[in-house]
Amino acid sequence: MGLLSDPVRRRALARLVLRLNAPLCVLSYVAGIAWFLALVFPPLTQRTYMSENAMGSTMVEEQFAGGDRARAFARDFAAHRKKSGALPVAWLERTMRSVGLEVYTQSFSRKLPFPDETHERYMVSGTNVYGILRAPRAASTESLVLTVPCGSDSTNSQAVGLLLALAAHFRGQIYWAKDIVFLVTEHDLLGTEAWLEAYHDVNVTGMQSSPLQGRAGAIQAAVALELSSDVVTSLDVAVEGLNGQLPNLDLLNLFQTFCQKGGLLCTLQGKLQPEDWTSLDGPLQGLQTLLLMVLRQASGRPHGSHGLFLRYRVEALTLRGINSFRQYKYDLVAVGKALEGMFRKLNHLLERLHQSFFLYLLPGLSRFVSIGLYMPAVGFLLLVLGLKALELWMQLHEAGMGLEEPGGAPGPSVPLPPSQGVGLASLVAPLLISQAMGLALYVLPVLGQHVATQHFPVAEAEAVVLTLLAIYAAGLALPHNTHRTQAPDRGWMALKLVALIYLALQLGCIALTNFSLGFLLATTMVPTAALAKPHGPRTLYAALLVLTSPAATLLGSLFLWRELQEAPLSLAEGWQLFLAALAQGVLEHHTYGALLFPLLSLGLYPCWLLFWNVLFWK
Amino acid sequence: MAAAMPLALLVLLLLGPGGWCLAEPPRDSLREELVITPLPSGDVAATFQFRTRWDSELQREGVWINLGRSSVMSSQGSSAPLSTSSTPPTQSLPLPPSNPWVWPMTLTTTFCAMLCCRGRWSAPKTSPPGRSSCPVVPRASLISFHLLQAGLSVLLKADRLFHTSYHSQAVHIRPVCRNARCTSISWELRQTLSVVFDAFITGQGKKDWSLFRMFSRTLTEPCPLASESRVYVDITTYNQDNETLEVHPPPTTTYQDVILGTRKTYAIYDLLDTAMINNSRNLNIQLKWKRPPENEAPPVPFLHAQRYVSGYGLQKGELSTLLYNTHPYRAFPVLLLDTVPWYLRLYVHTLTITSKGKENKPSYIHYQPAQDRLQPHLLEMLIQLPANSVTKVSIQFERALLKWTEYTPDPNHGFYVSPSVLSALVPSMVAAKPVDWEESPLFNSLFPVSDGSNYFVRLYTEPLLVNLPTPDFSMPYNVICLTCTVVAVCYGSFYNLLTRTFHIEEPRTGGLAKRLANLIRRARGVPPL
Repeated sequence: MGLLSDPVRRRALARLVLRLNAPLCVLSYVAGIAWFLALVFPPLTQRTYMSENAMGSTMVEEQFAGGDRARAFARDFAAHRKKSGALPVAWLERTMRSVGLEVYTQSFSRKLPFPDETHERYMVSGTNVYGILRAPRAASTESLVLTVPCGSDSTNSQAVGLLLALAAHFRGQIYWAKDIVFLVTEHDLLGTEAWLEAYHDVNVTGMQSSPLQGRAGAIQAAVALELSSDVVTSLDVAVEGLNGQLPNLDLLNLFQTFCQKGGLLCTLQGKLQPEDWTSLDGPLQGLQTLLLMVLRQASGRPHGSHGLFLRYRVEALTLRGINSFRQYKYDLVAVGKALEGMFRKLNHLLERLHQSFFLYLLPGLSRFVSIGLYMPAVGFLLLVLGLKALELWMQLHEAGMGLEEPGGAPGPSVPLPPSQGVGLASLVAPLLISQAMGLALYVLPVLGQHVATQHFPVAEAEAVVLTLLAIYAAGLALPHNTHRTQAPDRGWMALKLVALIYLALQLGCIALTNFSLGFLLATTMVPTAALAKPHGPRTLYAALLVLTSPAATLLGSLFLWRELQEAPLSLAEGWQLFLAALAQGVLEHHTYGALLFPLLSLGLYPCWLLFWNVLFWK
Repeated sequence: MAAAMPLALLVLLLLGPGGWCLAEPPRDSLREELVITPLPSGDVAATFQFRTRWDSELQREGVWINLGRSSVMSSQGSSAPLSTSSTPPTQSLPLPPSNPWVWPMTLTTTFCAMLCCRGRWSAPKTSPPGRSSCPVVPRASLISFHLLQAGLSVLLKADRLFHTSYHSQAVHIRPVCRNARCTSISWELRQTLSVVFDAFITGQGKKDWSLFRMFSRTLTEPCPLASESRVYVDITTYNQDNETLEVHPPPTTTYQDVILGTRKTYAIYDLLDTAMINNSRNLNIQLKWKRPPENEAPPVPFLHAQRYVSGYGLQKGELSTLLYNTHPYRAFPVLLLDTVPWYLRLYVHTLTITSKGKENKPSYIHYQPAQDRLQPHLLEMLIQLPANSVTKVSIQFERALLKWTEYTPDPNHGFYVSPSVLSALVPSMVAAKPVDWEESPLFNSLFPVSDGSNYFVRLYTEPLLVNLPTPDFSMPYNVICLTCTVVAVCYGSFYNLLTRTFHIEEPRTGGLAKRLANLIRRARGVPPL
């Protein structure tokens, strides 16, 4: 730091930063991207290992043999469900009671802010059924949850069957030290959210539900199960939860342990685990998985009902049975045994899962990248913004002080007229206007849907999405700088300086909580943010800026996502998917409290408008 | 008061031979009994009680109380009663937990050793007593069991007793007067064990039971030292018509009483009655259901309660207690006692009590705030529960940061908050039934309030597990070193940069001559060179 307090060296350093700014920025950006790509290679990615001692050695012998029983339960459940057209609450209650559980129900209702066209629901009301297996001789202070979300379609019957068969098997054992809650929710995630809110007696999302009659203490861990066939070829595990939260890595390790023990085929993001990490193929395959995980985590939506548990610090994951055209199939007994093993291990827990990582990326089921290793990637990207801001600050500063020329700065050196101070007043209008646009983007679509449906021939959901796009586009056309300054260059430089710092702060904060989202946005927004200025090829800059706006990033991510899943989209499909994703984003904010929509509309969109404003500074 | 209890006890595990009843000193008297209650769900509750009366001056001398293989020595006697129990409080079972008084925390370990359990206090210090107090060991898991071998204790077979769904052990010691004027005192030691056999696991769904099926033993002989040795079987029928169940062998006598507000009938088997055992050399009591009861939930008691922590995150939370009064038309008051550890900082202004959507003002509140590391919060209130209602008592708290040495070895397990204690006079079922008026004497209508109209209940809610903000203990040293270094290196420099402005001072040129010239110029009032 003595470097900075010595004026001579400081001047030299400043000159260096000014002169080498462009190369440094490019270098830093490339380093960031390269670092991210390098994450899949062995020194940076490590083998997973079990940290929790209580779950360490595999001394559990699984005894579950209720495959026939599970299938019978599943058939009955499907038949009753077909007959009643909804969750057969009475049948579930009766069956759970007959296997010896303490059974309760919870009814809930929720009016969505606008009709959900993907799931075809608007006014939702349903009933959750849950049975508690009380641990003998324990005081109901801790519990584990096995949950099956049931949607409106007739999937997941086998999961319910397996849940009931497991409940019957677990009920006969005397080793339980924690209560086990068997939860079947209606309207998939909405039901789960209603149950969780009632269990913790909070109301986060405006759900109306009846209070719970039975509780089982602090929930230590939860497993959500989705099975729609009697046999499965593989089990897929989903970890990404609401707002990019992840469960403790030990829970995933536990699942993987039992996959290996039972010889099950287990996948992550639908991708098989590469065997060979030493050659190039393994890491490349890992990169696909990693990118898929980054995209899913960045979306901030709960990928399975486990995602909602994470808010309450309940470690949870979703297991999905996949039935594809592979030769070798596993029946429900194999899946049941894996679950039994996992629950018995979780039953051993003396403390909440806390030993292993909470922040990680997964290039494979048995490989992970820890937070210490992936953060530099986004750090390098944000450094670009810092360098640019520093350059602007120095230019403004030196111009204001009129001390000396920026000694031979490369590129088109801007002649700065000496004037006094930075006109902060000129920044007020653009900042206020762009923030107001963000606020309008956040509030108006849902608020104005009825007005829109009255005046235009559209449905509510369409109205919301179209209003969203209209406001988004209108933001570009607004006159931002009404303030006329004497020194136009100083005006835009000051505005860009503020915008750069604002963007860097936002991206930094996002990257800390949800690395994937931060990294994705940084990759797209940083270069154009650094480039934007009212001189030079403005149309090119404008095109670039539009291409890297948050909405365009979302569209691009959708294409990349389907590309990685090996199901490429056509343009029209992509557009449809984009519109659906917009509606889902808004809905998920209102129904589950997902933060992506407010983050984009109140934070990043206004910030992006500032750069747009810089570009068209008069 | 807790600190004022001068009773300190030592436990010595005596390895010598001796049994619960064999090692009684001759002056003592021992009574033992077993109560078996078939529950409507098919489960069977068995409660053992061994009561030893001991005619000795405990205050004067250091004495031994023999408790089977473990012995308790009172070195400093006092006439205060004390008791302990290791009971996981469970709402759904209509069983009596212990009903004890006050006692210091150092005893926990002592008694736990005696009860062969592993207990831990939820609060570092016990609270001073209020109107009612709660000495249940909140987290007690049993380790092992060594018992022996005559009379009823034959049935105490460890592997059967641990195949149960409920388990409660308690020890009570109290002074009793030897005569009417209470000039000398005897000591009474009461040891109880309650278990509930799980019909699902042990009976394979059948509801018939026998002593052999439950304990894998039968009764063969009475304890030679016991002055009373009896087995009671609850044969009250839940339905109106009799003859739904049958006990074998048929009891010699029956006994009727009002227990917890309901009329109960018990079949009595007296082991001291020689005819009872001599017939077949053993006694295997069996119960058969003529018409198996429906798989119905047990009748809901008039008063029950539920407690939980609401909210999420590690900053704030809320303790909520739900009090259910299921009586169709009678309201009754409940005394609610909460002892909350100091590290949950209660906000008393957030205390809300609502019944049926309206605010319910307690008629009495006693609150004693916590002192950090010294005493817990004590909150006691008398609440009127309206008929057929749910009353919610909630109070918000903030989770305190402990000093890092104050965390337990397993801080991520969470910290226990001991159960709240509910004491109430609950209207009894007997009084609620109009049928009884017909059968009772006519003068009952002159004095309508009889003793049986209420009964006293003390309920314990479930203990709670609360997570506190917990540092990552795996790397405190690294983190402390690193942060200190960073702060030490950066702070000074940044502070300098932020608070000072730097100017380049022109290097001094010219020697003595220039300085002299400047001196002269200054004297003349001309700017220096």
